[in-house]
Amino acid sequence: MALLEIKNLHASVDGKEILKGIDLAVDAGEVHAVMGPNGSGKSTLALALAGHPSYVVTEGEVLYEGRNLLEMAPEERAREGVFLAFQYPIEIPGVSNAYFLKAGLNEIRAHRGLEELDAMEFLELLREKLKVVEMDQSLVNRPVNEGFSGGEKKRNEILQMAILEPRLAILDETDSGLDIDALRIVANGVESLRGPERAMVLVTHYQRLLNYITPDFVHVLFNGRIVRSGGKELALELEERGYDWIKEAVA
Amino acid sequence: MSAVDVRPTVAKEKEPYLADYAARTRNGSTDPAWLRGLRARAISSFRQLSFPSIRDEDWKYTSVAPILRVPFRAASGVEAGEQEEAVDAARRATPAGANRLVFVNGHYAPDLSSVPSGPATVAALSALPDAGGRVAEPHVGRYANYDRATFTALNSALLGDVAVVHVPKGQTVDDPIYLTFVSNSQEGLTGSHTRVLVVADESARATVVETYLGVGEQQYFTNAVTELALGDGASVEHIKLIRESERAFHVGTTQVHQGRDSNLASVSITIGAALARNDLNVVLDGEGAACTLYGLYLTGGSQHVDNHTIIEHTKPHGTSRQVYKGILDGASRAVFNGKVIVHKDAQRTDAQQTNRNLLLSGDATVDTKPQLEIFADDVKCTHGAAIGQLDEEALFYLRSRAMSEQTARNLLTYGFASEVVARISAEPLREQLNEQLRSRLLQGW
Repeated sequence: MALLEIKNLHASVDGKEILKGIDLAVDAGEVHAVMGPNGSGKSTLALALAGHPSYVVTEGEVLYEGRNLLEMAPEERAREGVFLAFQYPIEIPGVSNAYFLKAGLNEIRAHRGLEELDAMEFLELLREKLKVVEMDQSLVNRPVNEGFSGGEKKRNEILQMAILEPRLAILDETDSGLDIDALRIVANGVESLRGPERAMVLVTHYQRLLNYITPDFVHVLFNGRIVRSGGKELALELEERGYDWIKEAVA
Repeated sequence: MSAVDVRPTVAKEKEPYLADYAARTRNGSTDPAWLRGLRARAISSFRQLSFPSIRDEDWKYTSVAPILRVPFRAASGVEAGEQEEAVDAARRATPAGANRLVFVNGHYAPDLSSVPSGPATVAALSALPDAGGRVAEPHVGRYANYDRATFTALNSALLGDVAVVHVPKGQTVDDPIYLTFVSNSQEGLTGSHTRVLVVADESARATVVETYLGVGEQQYFTNAVTELALGDGASVEHIKLIRESERAFHVGTTQVHQGRDSNLASVSITIGAALARNDLNVVLDGEGAACTLYGLYLTGGSQHVDNHTIIEHTKPHGTSRQVYKGILDGASRAVFNGKVIVHKDAQRTDAQQTNRNLLLSGDATVDTKPQLEIFADDVKCTHGAAIGQLDEEALFYLRSRAMSEQTARNLLTYGFASEVVARISAEPLREQLNEQLRSRLLQGW
């Protein structure tokens, strides 16, 4: 049984159907890239899997470790090991990044029956994980994402992923808005978190992230459906030919 | 023909205060002549004035009737050292080793105080060598209006002592100066008329922290007046913390006068008192003067907290920033009334004002009224008020990081409040307040 099984998933936002029957199976240890033009439903898929209340599933099912993911509250999904790296990370004024990171980690540890980390233990872990994303320590004492540059926000997402150690990581356009240095750092961070127990779904518009992270599978999303699936060469073909040929092919 | 008795009948609610004044003058006061003069003018003004009622526009939402029903009397000067609880409370209120003046029931407690050495004067008026002639006389009663404001008149007539901070020209006091006012309600129904004077001469810098707190279970009344005078280029951080006990009444006025290019950073936090009314009035009376006013009120139960602020821009190129935030729970009520007045000559004024409120309970109410009165034509002024819920996207973000909905709500509420606390530069105080916010807002953590 796959770690994640999506069957005929339909989802709507504000009453408008965006996902029109998605089928996708992701196994532990695999990296899947979901690509597609703007408006194809990529972010809707990512947010629906994380349980955003505005993204309403109208049909189909999603099994995670064989259990009904859609019945779980967003926090339950997170505690069970589902992680979404946001396309637009949210600013939380007045709450320090360190406090936020520690709070999330301790919720997950409690769920797994582990003891909470105290301040010293957490700081040690944090120092180690900061290296993964080449992030400055000063950013952890600032309010969450407030005043962060675009690249810092994305790195902060990967830092959270490194700390929370999910089984299933969904990265929503983690490469968008990054300059080449930030892209390299973020991609290296993601690559270093690859492992046999962990699955990743990379949602992206561009192929360039895949220069750093080689996916096992590539899926093309168009108009709310997966219209092509293949190996890493499919991404290169998209890069070369753009999305128009897909649109024409399915028209 | 018999003479007509023209003496006005004294309202019953004024009687205890007039009795206090009579006692003070009868006992052969040790006050310097200038202070006796101030008291006399103030008491005559108090006799003429009435206590405000909800028919007065400025007191529309706050009735002082509960205060006036109780015959609060000035406390006698019991040795502070004999009041263990008050001593402990005063110690907890200030970080160890900090510069501080402590007053218990309005009386200076030298044993609990610690005065910095250096060029600045930090002292109780009663302990000043020249009876305050040099530092205090030119300023006390000059800014805070006792002709029209009843509680200020009362304070000026009955003030127990004055906490005096004077920083001479060009001098900087690095460490915060704590002025701590403890009410010990075990002494009976006490009314304390506390007074603060902060004078920062040209280019002087200082941080002053006023804390009001209480020990004991009984009702008491704090009637506080603070005068702040900032000379040209002076820079003052002023923090007022109302941590009064839960049956306390607090009425306070802070009156600020700012010279050219001076800068005031004000933080006002109310987390205690059954009924608190705070007036903060700032006059930007020099070109390029700037002030930032941050406020936070955390209310619960049947608490009532009213913040009234007035910022007057009288000269060109002034800047004012104001952010007041409230978190209301239970059946509590808060009032915010913020007025920005831009006078005709105050061109190029830049003023921003916001008041934001979070209601955690359906029974809590807030009345908010930001006001702009602009008489100049070249100005940039914005204001706004919001009574809101927490940001849904932020809630989802926290939940996606494994926090329960309640935890996420608590954390966002904490963040909302903590943004105000973050304005305080003194780290030990900031941490102490954040700790208090966490224990209050992050229950179950």
